[in-house]
Amino acid sequence: MSTPLRETRTGTPADEAAGWPNRILVAGTAEAPEITLTGEWSLRGRVPRYDAVAAHLAQARRVRVSAHELTAWDTSAVTFLAALVRDCNERRIPLDQAALPDGLRRLLALAFAVPPAVPRAAATRPGLLATLGQATLSIGRDLSRMSEFAGEIILSLARFTRGRARYRREELAWLVEEAGPRALPIVSLISFLVGTILAYMGAVQLALFGAEIYIADLVGIGVVREVAALMTGIILAGRTGAAYAAQLGTMQVNEEIDAFRTLGVSPIDYLVLPRMLALVAMVPLLTLYAGIVGILAGMLIAVGVFDVGAHEYYNETLTALELKHFAVGLVKGTVYGALVAYAGCLRGMQCGRSAQAVGEATTSAVVLGILLITISASVLTIVFHKLGI
Amino acid sequence: MTVPHIEVRDLTMAYGDYVIQRDLNFTVNRGDIFVIMGGSGCGKSTLLKQMIGLIRPAHGAVLYEGEDYWSAPPQAQLARQRSFGVLFQAGALWSSLTLAENVALPLQEFTELSGDFVTEIVALKLALVGLAGFEDFYPSEISGGMKKRAGLARAMALDPGILFFDEPSAGLDPLSSRRLDELILELRDSLGATVVLVTHELASIFAIADNSVFLDADTKTMIATGDPKVLAHGPVEKVRNFLQRGGT
Repeated sequence: MSTPLRETRTGTPADEAAGWPNRILVAGTAEAPEITLTGEWSLRGRVPRYDAVAAHLAQARRVRVSAHELTAWDTSAVTFLAALVRDCNERRIPLDQAALPDGLRRLLALAFAVPPAVPRAAATRPGLLATLGQATLSIGRDLSRMSEFAGEIILSLARFTRGRARYRREELAWLVEEAGPRALPIVSLISFLVGTILAYMGAVQLALFGAEIYIADLVGIGVVREVAALMTGIILAGRTGAAYAAQLGTMQVNEEIDAFRTLGVSPIDYLVLPRMLALVAMVPLLTLYAGIVGILAGMLIAVGVFDVGAHEYYNETLTALELKHFAVGLVKGTVYGALVAYAGCLRGMQCGRSAQAVGEATTSAVVLGILLITISASVLTIVFHKLGI
Repeated sequence: MTVPHIEVRDLTMAYGDYVIQRDLNFTVNRGDIFVIMGGSGCGKSTLLKQMIGLIRPAHGAVLYEGEDYWSAPPQAQLARQRSFGVLFQAGALWSSLTLAENVALPLQEFTELSGDFVTEIVALKLALVGLAGFEDFYPSEISGGMKKRAGLARAMALDPGILFFDEPSAGLDPLSSRRLDELILELRDSLGATVVLVTHELASIFAIADNSVFLDADTKTMIATGDPKVLAHGPVEKVRNFLQRGGT
């Protein structure tokens, strides 16, 4: 039996205050309710949601929806009606929407024109052991890709030495300029400051014995042998390694690297090797330069603050430094440079195809670069020690 | 006479001293689909960017409902931009956000709607462009045509009064391109929005345009304006050639 409803206005008193009665009117019977949209429906004002009338449809067998003096409507009205349509569809109740304005009816038709895609199953979270296993396996995969990439670079180097690698000389020149001369200001600044710190640290201790003159030994050997190479390596990891990863990563996003492959041009020959060579060529020079700047900084402190004579400092430096110290520093610097370029190019070439992936590649290039520098620094220090150099 | 929805007055576009187009004058009526056409490199996209407030014109005015955009104070410019929906050439979806988050962002920034209402609106907008159920996908996981449609859903998020499209059919197959045209028509008819689009797809031009302007790269100015169906048999030979054969 149908219960006649008197014309009701939806909503609680609080809703009344918000002005909903001016939006929806429900009339008709419980079995055949009639919903009328009225007034101004705007997302910028307050609008009722479908929940506000859902209760009136609980016993409905058919529903009629219409509009009366609907002065303005936007997405809010469409959202309301879409929920009504969906509810009626789910409950298999016929919905008569012929009396709706043309635009609203057509938008509703459009919204339900394409059946929704099956939503993806929510990814199940693996357990702790599974996560650990996955992480271990991914390290293994990463290591194998890293050695593969190193192998490709060596093959490319072989082609290069036989003059068979294809690359552009102007680009190599640009890369050399970018990696070398343009890094001079930052290398100068950092080496100077590190030289100052070393001199101060050493001088305070040496002053206890009245042996300030040995600042020259400490700074000279320390800077030339270890610190210049290390600082240059780290600066280049942040400066050039990151740039390589971002450049190659963006090229990957733009499918430029695929374009090289389809032309039969090896992207390793064309993009990676010139970057490796540019950096490896520039790093020894930068390291040497950083060493000299560091020594000058030490001298400035020793002479200016600790009253060591400039001439004495100069002589002491000459006595302390041997060719082997320079050799060790340059070998280390070159190795660091190669590793930084390798890390940058590797991560750039492995980059995914989105802005986020480029960011990740750049971050990862710097982290990997510094990690490789640190590992190789330890290994080389031990090797040189065993060799007695 | 009513004020046209958009009016471009004496507009000159230039990069430094290099003039791309000069003396552009045309009006767009409310509810029209207006096409900016012309050969490649004639400045169509630049004109669009000047209309939506991304690049300042070298000279001239862009009037919305009679008010010049470029001489308005910054607050008014922002408010005006909020009434625009823009679909960029490649969709320009934010790659670190899912489709739902992409569409929701303007709603979260510029309305005070509750979270679940925003979710409901986002679902509706995606359904309108035929992407119901794709809420949790990232832009990198969907095809080019779907990106365009998702971009359209985002452009429509705030119920804009004017929709701008930069080459909506570029890179789409003819069928997807036609569906997008139909979608644009349908949205214009049901929402009553004004649509401005840059395109050189003849099929799109004839299917949806009410009015148009033709930019010419050689003379660096507009050489025709009007309904493309009329221009195709009009007096300007270059425009006739373009519209009849697709060449300039």
